[in-house]
Amino acid sequence: MSDIEAIKEKYLGEISAAGDGDALEAIRVAALGKKGEISLLLKTLGKMTPEERQTEGPKINGARQAVADAIAARKDAMESEVLNARLATEKLDMTLPPPSAPKGSIHPVSQVMDELAEIFADLGFSVATGPEIEDDWHNFTALNIPETHPARAMHDTFYFPQTDDSGMPKLLRTHTSPVQIRTMMDVAKQSDGAGEPIYIIAPGRTYRSDSDATHTPMFHQVEGLVIDKGIHMGHLKWTLETFVRAFFERDDIELRLRPSYFPFTEPSAEVDVGFSVEKGRRIIGGDPRGDNGGWMEILGSGMVHPNVIRNCGLDPDVWQGFAFGCGIDRLAMLKYGMDDLRAFFDGDLRWTEHYGFDALDVPTLSGGVGA
Amino acid sequence: MKFSLSWLKAHLDTDASLTEITDKLTDIGLELEGLENPADALKPFRVAKVIEAGPHPNADKLQLLKVDDGSSEPWQVVCGAPNARKDMVGVFGPPGTYIPGSDFTLKPAKIRDVESFGMMCSARELELGEDHDGIIELPADAAAAVGASYADYAQLDDPVMDIAITPNRQDCMGVRGIARDLAATGIGTIKALSIDPIARSGNGPDVRTDDSEGCPAFYGCTVSGLSNGTSPDWMQARLKSAGQKPINALVDITNYVMLDHGRPLHVYDVAKLKGGLIARKATVGEKLTALNDKEYVLDETMTVIADDNGAHDIGGIMGGAETGSEETTTEVLIECAYFDPASIAKTGQKLMLTSDARQRFERGVDPAFLDDGIDIATALVLDLCGGTASEVTRAGTPPTEQRTISYDPKQCAALGGIDVAPDKQKSILEALGFAVDGNWQVTVPTWRRDVEGWQDLVEEVVRIEGLDSVPSTPLPRKAGVAKPTASPEQLAERKARRAAAARGLNETVTWSFISDKEAAPFGGGNWSLANPISEDLKVMRPSLLPGLIAAAQRNADRGASSIRLFEVGRRYLETTEHQTIGLVLAGENRMRSWQAGSATKYDAYDAKAEVLAILEAAGAPTDKLMDFAEAGDHYHPGQSGTLRLGPKKILAAYGALHPSVTKALGLKGSAVAAEIFLDAIPVKKAKGHMREAFAPPTLQSLTRDFAFIVDADLPAGDLVRAVKGADKKLITGARLFDLFEGASVGEGKKSLAVEITLQPTEATLTEEDLKAVSDKVVASAGKLGAELRG
Repeated sequence: MSDIEAIKEKYLGEISAAGDGDALEAIRVAALGKKGEISLLLKTLGKMTPEERQTEGPKINGARQAVADAIAARKDAMESEVLNARLATEKLDMTLPPPSAPKGSIHPVSQVMDELAEIFADLGFSVATGPEIEDDWHNFTALNIPETHPARAMHDTFYFPQTDDSGMPKLLRTHTSPVQIRTMMDVAKQSDGAGEPIYIIAPGRTYRSDSDATHTPMFHQVEGLVIDKGIHMGHLKWTLETFVRAFFERDDIELRLRPSYFPFTEPSAEVDVGFSVEKGRRIIGGDPRGDNGGWMEILGSGMVHPNVIRNCGLDPDVWQGFAFGCGIDRLAMLKYGMDDLRAFFDGDLRWTEHYGFDALDVPTLSGGVGA
Repeated sequence: MKFSLSWLKAHLDTDASLTEITDKLTDIGLELEGLENPADALKPFRVAKVIEAGPHPNADKLQLLKVDDGSSEPWQVVCGAPNARKDMVGVFGPPGTYIPGSDFTLKPAKIRDVESFGMMCSARELELGEDHDGIIELPADAAAAVGASYADYAQLDDPVMDIAITPNRQDCMGVRGIARDLAATGIGTIKALSIDPIARSGNGPDVRTDDSEGCPAFYGCTVSGLSNGTSPDWMQARLKSAGQKPINALVDITNYVMLDHGRPLHVYDVAKLKGGLIARKATVGEKLTALNDKEYVLDETMTVIADDNGAHDIGGIMGGAETGSEETTTEVLIECAYFDPASIAKTGQKLMLTSDARQRFERGVDPAFLDDGIDIATALVLDLCGGTASEVTRAGTPPTEQRTISYDPKQCAALGGIDVAPDKQKSILEALGFAVDGNWQVTVPTWRRDVEGWQDLVEEVVRIEGLDSVPSTPLPRKAGVAKPTASPEQLAERKARRAAAARGLNETVTWSFISDKEAAPFGGGNWSLANPISEDLKVMRPSLLPGLIAAAQRNADRGASSIRLFEVGRRYLETTEHQTIGLVLAGENRMRSWQAGSATKYDAYDAKAEVLAILEAAGAPTDKLMDFAEAGDHYHPGQSGTLRLGPKKILAAYGALHPSVTKALGLKGSAVAAEIFLDAIPVKKAKGHMREAFAPPTLQSLTRDFAFIVDADLPAGDLVRAVKGADKKLITGARLFDLFEGASVGEGKKSLAVEITLQPTEATLTEEDLKAVSDKVVASAGKLGAELRG
């Protein structure tokens, strides 16, 4: 073993034995300091012949590097030991509860309204709104329900003492259908009576003087309206099928259209949806003719009555279309399995926590409209 | 509308099964709402004969019977009916039978120490009538049927259908009309209506109409020398199936004709009339006590039928109590009139009086059926009560003109979406009573007042053909890129709602109407319902807070410790409805915890924090908002505020609720609240997708702190705004980070510390630059009386 090797080994040994930073620094000074042993050896290179330098240079430099590396490594190791020792004293009980943020929620009615907006946006429908305190004309007369019409009695209307310009009492809208009227009138006005296609849904609060286990004096409805050229009952049927299947996210949903009567549509149809029983609960879809299966009425619909189109300033010989109306609370109940309508309007946080939706459960077509 | 299968079959010749008929009814728009067979409940009851009757050993009023119901052994029955006797035939319910009229199940029992098995039943016990004076007594020849099911024997096995009649189908408010509709589907054929000529003699009664508008036609005849009694079983059975209680033959006849043909009639007891009968307008304040024993005060818009003594009938709605027929009646005047539907509706609405007659008249009865109607009724009176009929007096003319509609069979596909062969369309329409000529001019039958245009004809064809067979047709999909279908306001509302939920607020929906008491602290409501469902749900809310406060208290009552509620909905002010977010925070803001110690309550700053976050999400320019007071009297005057865009435009109000308000509304403990006026937030104009060009500044930003001593009542916001405005170019942010009040800063003073952020744009700031900015800040703050803290 040459001297240089022996020197290197000596220092490496000392380094690994060094107990603390000071000892290590002393070794560094002794070996690599200005007057350190290896530093002095490096200085001898200048006096050597080129041949000697060729052989001795790498050895000495190698030793210097090895010792320097060893010192750095030992230093790192010492530091980690110190750190580890400190960290060991900093142990926390990670089972303690962290500060919690309150959890909020979206009401099922809002969620369903967003779902409807998403489903119908895909079909090209936009969302329209209108006032809840309505006048007689928009709520009844324009919808082909004149003052003496027997259908008025079926509406259980809430009235105000205030009257409109024609002296009729103002009222709370009994359905979202006045939004149809307002939308068509706006279109007629903007187009100077020429008209243009209308595809809207109008969700919102509606009111009837009715209160029992399955009726509340305030409830939510969504209206759909299509006015275009060449629209017929077949389009209505397809739209309702598409909507109901998308909403409940099942392909095996059957609809049954039954002739009915609404003054503002002609022909009119009530729409039943087929249900079946799965895991003891009534589910929309499946075989309505099977055991425990059946039909339940979910919406009213029809082709917009020519008088209604005319009342709004459009030409019923040019424009034709359909309308439908459906209870939003009921849709929510059928989809998400609530059985008590009154709970919708109580604000019970326990109910909200169970039936509400996370803020980020935004209905999207890509994610499935049902959260 | 309820009716039995046998009644329907009196008009409809059909081999169809009950299910086929009921399915068809629903298919054509006569929705089946109920189906019952009275025989179902009576299945266990048997025709039985009393073979022995003797006294009960321990009771005077009871008998001991041996009853043969066809079983191998006769039953021993203890019976209390006075009419029970040997050899009588009645109806027996063996042990185990459920008695529908008494709602119990028979068990073998000991009655006064004697065993009794089963029961001989009264009519009331079987829900076949009111009679409970004795047990049912069948004719003696029923003995041949002993052991048979009583329901079969009495032909009670007759299912009753209950169908919903929509307001447009007056023609189906009689069984015959329903039969006609069914016949059009091909399920059967309608039987011809044969009315035998009636032997009439003597002049018709003195009737006339002085109100050709309200009562265009008034037909009448009398039948004298009759004797009123009970109506026959077949008629009673039909009336019962329709849910009508049989009264006496004359009343039953009018009800029967109404239910059979949709033709309301009225019968007067001639002995109680004075002079002729006139249809006329009532006089203002004229009074009439109707058959329901209620007195009605009439006015000049209402049509009455009156004699010399006054009004006896609210025309077409309800007869008077005084002149109706009774058991003792011997001469009647039968009224068959046509009343104007609109007048009937108005009168009915005004009087809040509904009746079977009103329902039919206001929907428009067949104006061409007056002669048939009066003949059918007269024939029944003669048949059931005897007597002699007079000629018919026909006053006025019913409006029998028929409407003709130009139709094109192609319209069926164009509107109905289904191709039905023209021949088929024609046959459907004809089966329903329409006349169709070679040019498709369609004449509407007199009983279909609802059919006005070609669209109605399409409906007729489609409903009979079957709506279910209309093929689904996809809506045309518009070419090009889908346009956004939500308005900017709707998008802002959606974001605000979800931001609120993301911040831990729970969305609720509360009633739009509240009580007067709840509205009062919020300035009262402008809209009070004239006909509220209750005093609690009466006034359209001027604020979302009362409903939320009530919901908060309900939750507190249920033990919720931290209540964070919000609602998105409208406030109803005098002229407009305002879309608003309301929120209430009550109970504990922070629960007690091992880190933070004891629980803390919500304060007004918590409400402000929610407001700012929600406004930000809704797209409001929160950096431009200004703090103002005047949040409203329902807030704590010193712990509330508004956020405004300019002095007038209030975007939100928030604060601690005024203690007197929470007390008045029953909320225990304190609460903070806020309302965000969504419709006040300026709508962001769509500027396309491109953002303004931007590169992050290359120069480092830096911060400097300033502490000022100011008057204690100086709003901190004013100081921060002054500091921030000191150098609009360099100072990009100013944030208050410390507030201190105490002896060291002096009485009536406080210390506010503000950190400013400086963003150099051209060159690194020199000491001189910093000094200059610093001086500006101090000078600007100085204008508010702020002194830099030494």
